[in-house]
Amino acid sequence: MYRTHILVCGGTGCHSNNSGKIREAFEEQIKARGLDGDVCVVGTGCFGLCAVGPIIIIYPEGAFYSCVTVEDVPEIIEEHIVKGRLVERLLYHEKALGNKAVHSLAETNFYKKQTRVALHNCGVINPEKIDEYIARDGYQALIKCLTEYEPQQIIDIVSASGLRGRGGAGFPTGRKWQFAKNQVNDTKYVCCNADEGDPGAFMDRSVLEGDPHAVLEAMTIAGYAIGSHQGYIYVRAEYPIAVERLKIAIAQSREYGLLGKDILGTGFDFDIELKLGSGAFVCGEETALMTSIAASLVPVLLSRRSRACLENRPSSTTSRRTPTSLR
Amino acid sequence: MKKSIADIMAIRESMQSQIILRDNVDAEKEIHLIVGMGTSGINAGAREVFNALVDYVEEHELKGFRVTRTGSLAGEGHEPVLEVRVPGKDPVVYTDTTVAKAVEIIKNLAK
Ligand SMILES: Cc1cc2nc3c(=O)[nH]c(=O)nc-3n(C[C@H](O)[C@H](O)[C@H](O)COP(=O)(O)O)c2cc1C
Ligand code: FES
Repeated sequence: MYRTHILVCGGTGCHSNNSGKIREAFEEQIKARGLDGDVCVVGTGCFGLCAVGPIIIIYPEGAFYSCVTVEDVPEIIEEHIVKGRLVERLLYHEKALGNKAVHSLAETNFYKKQTRVALHNCGVINPEKIDEYIARDGYQALIKCLTEYEPQQIIDIVSASGLRGRGGAGFPTGRKWQFAKNQVNDTKYVCCNADEGDPGAFMDRSVLEGDPHAVLEAMTIAGYAIGSHQGYIYVRAEYPIAVERLKIAIAQSREYGLLGKDILGTGFDFDIELKLGSGAFVCGEETALMTSIAASLVPVLLSRRSRACLENRPSSTTSRRTPTSLR
Repeated sequence: MKKSIADIMAIRESMQSQIILRDNVDAEKEIHLIVGMGTSGINAGAREVFNALVDYVEEHELKGFRVTRTGSLAGEGHEPVLEVRVPGKDPVVYTDTTVAKAVEIIKNLAK
C-alpha cells in the first residue's frame, strides 16, 4: 500500500501550464529513486484554484503547493518525500491572511466554509480509474435505485428534494422526469447538456474532467426513472480532456457492466454515447441541442420540429449541472 | 469483465483503504500525529515509525487522523520523536519512539 500520494492537477488550467510534464517528472524520479512501491503519483481533475496552478497536493500531510514547475520536482521529492520537510516557498500563500502560508486546501479562505457536493470527487480521485470512484461510494446510488426503488419512487424523491434545473431556467427536475415518464413511447432518450457555452464558465468542464462517472451514473438513474435505454452527452469539442475522460469512463463502465445490457444483472439496459458539438453558443439551448444530436444520427433532412424532438421521440434534456447534484 | 453487485461492493471495500489518506477532514477536528524526520531522526528509525503509523491508518481505515512528517522536533538525543495533537488538549511529545510504541499510541487514540 502507498504511504504517500502525490496528486497532480490534470484539469485544463493546470494542464495548459505543463502539469502533464510535472506528473511525468514525478513518476520518473520516484521510480529512479526506488520509491515507487511507497509513493504513488495520481493525476486528478481541477482543484478549483486554477489561477495559482499548477497545483500539487501531497498526502498524508495534505500539503498544498501552488505555481509548481518541472524544475521544482527534485526539491519536492528530496525535501518533502525523503526528508519530510514541507517546501515552504511553494506552499500557497494566502493574501487575505497577510500572506501566510496555507498548509492544506481545506484551510484556504475559499474552501474554509464550503462543503463540496457536486465537486466532492474533483481533485481527490483519479478520474481515469473507475475503482477510485467506486471507493468514494460511486455507483451506490445506482445500485440502490435499481434494486430498491420503482421508477416512480425515484421521481417522487427527486420531486420532494426540490431539485431544480441548473442549466439556467430552474425548471423542477422531478416534474421534467415525470413528463418524460408519462409519455407512452417505446423509445425515449436522456440528453445531458454539457455544451457549456457561457463564456468563462467551467463548472461543467470541472466535473467532466474530474469526476466523469458521476455524470454517467446520474444519467443511468434518469434513464431508469423515465424508461429510457439510451443517453447522449452533448459536449463541446473544445474540451478535449473532458471528451477523453468521458470516453475512458464510458469504456470502463461498459466493461464492468454498469452500462449496456442487463446492468449488474438487474435486467435494465442503458447505454450512453457522446456527441461532440462545435461550440456554437446556441447549441446549448435544448431544442437546438437535440437538433444537433439528431442531425448526426439521421443523415436525411428532417423537418426542424421533428429533428428537435430527436426523431419525434420524447426526450428529457437535463443540464450536466443538475444530475450531479443528485447525490 | 462484467461485475455483479457483490463485486462492486467488494471493490469499494478494498479500494477505500487505498484512498483514505486523501480524506480532507477539518484540520481543527482531526488527531494529528507528527513524526520528526530530521537527519538524526531518520537514522534512529523515524521513517519506520512514520510508515507504521500510515499503515495503521490505512489498514484500519481510521477517519479523522492525520499522520505527517516534519523536519526536526525538539528532543535531541532521543529520536525518533512523535508529537500527538488531540483537538482541545495540550500536545504530547513522545521520545525514543519505536514502531511498537507508535502502534500502541495510535491504537489507544483510535479506541
Ligand atoms: C441560447 C441558450 C444557450 C444555452 N446554453 C446552455 C448550456 O450551455 N448549458 C446548459 O446546461 N443549458 C443551456 N441552456 C438552457 C437549456 O436550454 C435548458 O434549459 C437546460 O439544458 C435544461 O436543463 P435543466 O432543466 O437541468 O436546467 C441554454 C439556453 C439558451 C436559450
Ligand atoms: S485546473 Fe488545476 S486547479 Fe483548476
